[in-house]
Amino acid sequence: MWKWFHKLASPPHFYRISAILSPWLLIPGLILIAYGVYAGLFLAPMDYQQGDAFRIIYVHVPAAYLSMMAYMIMASAGAIGLIWRIKLSHAVAAAAAPLGAAFTFLALCTGSIWGRPMWGTWWEWGDPRLTSELILLFLYFGYMALRSAIDDTTKADKASAVLALVGIVNVVIVHFSVEWWSSLHQGQTVFKKGTMSADMRIPLFAMLIGFTLLFGSMLLRRIRTEVLYRERRTKWVKEMILSPEGGA
Amino acid sequence: MDGLAMGDYGAYVWSCFALAFVIVVFSDWRSRLRHKRVYRDIEVRLKALEDR
Repeated sequence: MWKWFHKLASPPHFYRISAILSPWLLIPGLILIAYGVYAGLFLAPMDYQQGDAFRIIYVHVPAAYLSMMAYMIMASAGAIGLIWRIKLSHAVAAAAAPLGAAFTFLALCTGSIWGRPMWGTWWEWGDPRLTSELILLFLYFGYMALRSAIDDTTKADKASAVLALVGIVNVVIVHFSVEWWSSLHQGQTVFKKGTMSADMRIPLFAMLIGFTLLFGSMLLRRIRTEVLYRERRTKWVKEMILSPEGGA
Repeated sequence: MDGLAMGDYGAYVWSCFALAFVIVVFSDWRSRLRHKRVYRDIEVRLKALEDR
């Protein structure tokens, strides 16, 4: 097992494996999303309180979940890079940040659009879930700004990994905010028994798995680019690019 | 048409799905473009070195 991980952490090996793996995540991901969108919009019954507005859940929940998962991947990869000095892990952290920011932005926008008809407001500054999710977006921006502000890649990797680790506190706050404080945002419903009918829940799970696979595919592609850029002066990149088959 | 109206919430529901589509497609397009650029830059540099 350790041998396999060690081999996977080798940039040339990862570059090759990720090219094969990426479409295998993308295609089932897109199929699940297509089913989830259709079933969520047209087959799932209307919510007895929220009416059809509840259908926003099918994009809001996957986006919100990925906004936190991307951060955890970024912070964990940063920590692995700091402790074990694995080159690939910093590339993973750097690649996860823009995706995490995109899904956080999507979660904030869809949450705000959902809030308008349900709460009567686009935004509520005093709400802990909304505010902590916005802080998460700023953490992503801060992380990316810090990376681009430091020219030395090794120093940028270390500084940004520390920032990502400190920001984990905010991810914990985002997750538990609806339990710790009184919030306009509804509490945990997706994994609680008896809160949603199967007709509503199955498309949601399809969307959650589909978005995760899509995220995985997009992340792999971004890591490949990051690896290629970081390894641009190495022998294997030279051999791969100058070989007759290429290696795009 | 009733299905598309989403019981007067159509504007909210469809705008969320459209936004998700735009963000995912844009993000994917950006990552493909960056990969092509990085690859091409390295290729150009290596070919220039070989021609020297």
